[in-house]
Amino acid sequence: MKFSFSSEQEEFRTNLRRFLAERSPTKEVRRLMETDAGFEPSAWRKLNVELGLSAVRIPEAYGGQGFGFGELGIVLEEMGRALLCAPFFSTAVLASGAILNAGTEAEKQALLPGIASGDTIATLAWVEDPAHWEAAATKMTATQSGNTWKLDGHKSYVLDGHTADLIVVLARAAGTSGDAGLSLFTVKGDARGLERRNLKVMDATRKLARLDFEGVEATLLGEAGGAAAPFARTMVEASVCLANEMAGVAERLREDALAYAQMRMQFGRPIASFQSMKHKHADMLVDVELAKSAAYYAAAALDDGDEDVEAVASLAKAAASEACVQTAVHAIQVHGGIGFTWDNDTHLWFKRAKSSEVLLGDAHHHRELMMQRWAA
Amino acid sequence: MSELTEESVRAEVRAWLEANWNAELGLVEWRNILADSGWGVPAWPKEWYGRNLPAGLVPVVEEEFQKIGAIGVAKAGIRTLAAATILEHGTDLHKEKFLRRILTGEDTWCQLFSEPGSGSDVAGAVTRAEMQGNKWVVNGQKVWTTSAHHAHWGLLLARTDWDKTKHKGLSYFIIDMHQPGVNVQPLKQMNGHASFNQVFMTDAVVEPEFLVANVGDGWAVTTTTLMHERRGADGLRSWAMGSDSKGRAYDEERAEIATTMEPYKWYPQRAGRVDLILERAKETGHFEDPVVRQEIARLLVMSKAAEWTARRARAAAQQGKPQGPEGSLGKLVSSHVARAAARVHTQLSGADALLSGSDSPMNGVIAEILVSVPATSIAGGTDEIQRNIISERVLKMPKEPSIDTTKPFRDVPRNTVR
Repeated sequence: MKFSFSSEQEEFRTNLRRFLAERSPTKEVRRLMETDAGFEPSAWRKLNVELGLSAVRIPEAYGGQGFGFGELGIVLEEMGRALLCAPFFSTAVLASGAILNAGTEAEKQALLPGIASGDTIATLAWVEDPAHWEAAATKMTATQSGNTWKLDGHKSYVLDGHTADLIVVLARAAGTSGDAGLSLFTVKGDARGLERRNLKVMDATRKLARLDFEGVEATLLGEAGGAAAPFARTMVEASVCLANEMAGVAERLREDALAYAQMRMQFGRPIASFQSMKHKHADMLVDVELAKSAAYYAAAALDDGDEDVEAVASLAKAAASEACVQTAVHAIQVHGGIGFTWDNDTHLWFKRAKSSEVLLGDAHHHRELMMQRWAA
Repeated sequence: MSELTEESVRAEVRAWLEANWNAELGLVEWRNILADSGWGVPAWPKEWYGRNLPAGLVPVVEEEFQKIGAIGVAKAGIRTLAAATILEHGTDLHKEKFLRRILTGEDTWCQLFSEPGSGSDVAGAVTRAEMQGNKWVVNGQKVWTTSAHHAHWGLLLARTDWDKTKHKGLSYFIIDMHQPGVNVQPLKQMNGHASFNQVFMTDAVVEPEFLVANVGDGWAVTTTTLMHERRGADGLRSWAMGSDSKGRAYDEERAEIATTMEPYKWYPQRAGRVDLILERAKETGHFEDPVVRQEIARLLVMSKAAEWTARRARAAAQQGKPQGPEGSLGKLVSSHVARAAARVHTQLSGADALLSGSDSPMNGVIAEILVSVPATSIAGGTDEIQRNIISERVLKMPKEPSIDTTKPFRDVPRNTVR
């Protein structure tokens, strides 16, 4: 198991951090989060193509760069640190993952090059109301007629669902339940019978949509009725990726809070010189470093094909959920009154921490998954 | 002289061991041979029982000792710290008198730093040493002194000047523990063990030549000892494993280990015994309880993340990278883990957590965990001191304004009035 980044990886991180700091300053985050789309297609395409970001983990055979989760984790951590407003997690983690895990060779050839080149914005729609993160809760039905399929029902909490060109959808054959009868489909963003509504969200840097399907024409992805396993694998990968993104969010919150404490004077001295403040910061460092270790370990476990990877992924997501939110809470507290204002930037990362805490299942959910997978 | 390589060192030490190692020698007899050869402490200076071997090649020597099953010099306990301190600050007389008997294991040592009035604040020591006639006369009380009841010599921090500032008025001595002025009493802990002692010094005497460095340099010398303690903390307290081979030297080594390790026998329990949690959850029937499962899972998440953080720090060190923040957290994290583990053990044990000794689960192990874990966040630097170290050294946060280091120590408020 790899416990340290290579010098190439460190260099990649350094360059990416510099790029993202230039292209995604907080002013830009604030501008984009107020837009409907949540990102600017032309600016995102430019950055994406320059750095080959959505191609990172797509194999070279499909137009990608063929790197592993170690590198993808670096990208996500740096995006979390910069709070980049872009449809990256939806496209490069969720949709790409589902296509790679479920698709046939021909489907991968057809779908992945567009994602790798940055032309296709894609997402994965699986959660419905009321929200459960497991595939088994799916109610949307898929009906076959001849060579085509029709989808009926709804999806919610779909990342970038209102802007995606391509939507990977989880649905089931009528009359089936649990993990049986589940299939994945692809649907065009502008398909007839698909109604998309941008949800009002707490974290404006991460857009979510509600999608209603009425006889929407869909193309099967992978094997009919065989989606449970590839979908589960996609969730494991996505949990690890989100844990890495959260490591970046948490570290940014911690560093900004520290910088503020060093600068803020009260009672004639920097508040950073008060022991209550120093101890809080030591605790924040512990939380963040432990969460980083778990996220890095989990990414390496995916790359190494570790047999415990499912448990490790849930461990990393649980650790990140707790650490990221705890750090966000501390960060607001360190800032005091100014930290509760809209003009101070802390709330942007606080809200990302809160949305990431819940997305893909909260810490309780993943602790239970870890116990089922590990300690049975 | 030909250049030292791993191969040349390996060949040389192997040839020497094949010619000299004999399990039927007495332990001290064998270690005297070792001391003369320089192979016992090869990184030490040539003139003092070593061979000036670069530290990087020492593991090669240790491997050859292990292969042939040869016993090394005495290493466990405070004697290692004494040797390091004497090598760095001692006079030739100190080296002549003490080093060989440290290596042979004939002398054991203890560390007389902490006092009832100065725990985290070691430099606030008030044990006084005064020159009377031509000897130092020592009065005061030390505490948390491991192995003082059988130690021959003590490393003593004492105040020699009350008009200087706190750190400037201290001096460092080597004190003979076997004298009428030194009274050692066991200190019984809340878990019933007595791993430490209190040492009362009443007009105890130190020969003038047993001052280490100069009068007033005591804090610098103490820092050396403490640095070696921190660096070697794992080695000092890890369970020394005696060989089960036959032979007089092995028999004597087993006896030595039993004595040295006696104070540490409850240490596995004070770490919280995460390794027992799943087994206990299953045997107590709590494994399916969703509330308990969450608590167990929280603990496992923390303990695994802690383990991976330590491995991340080691991997970075092996790559020669500068130490990142992950390298400074281990002590603090291990007390979080221990405390969480004790909480889960309590949950799992239910009413059995009321019991002790042979009535308690696992023949008292569970009870011992519950009353030993509080030591983890105190011993070797409290969690609060660890947080100060992390915030000041890693995060570069300012120190609290100091009120005790600028005026004569005599005027600094303190616990003991003399």
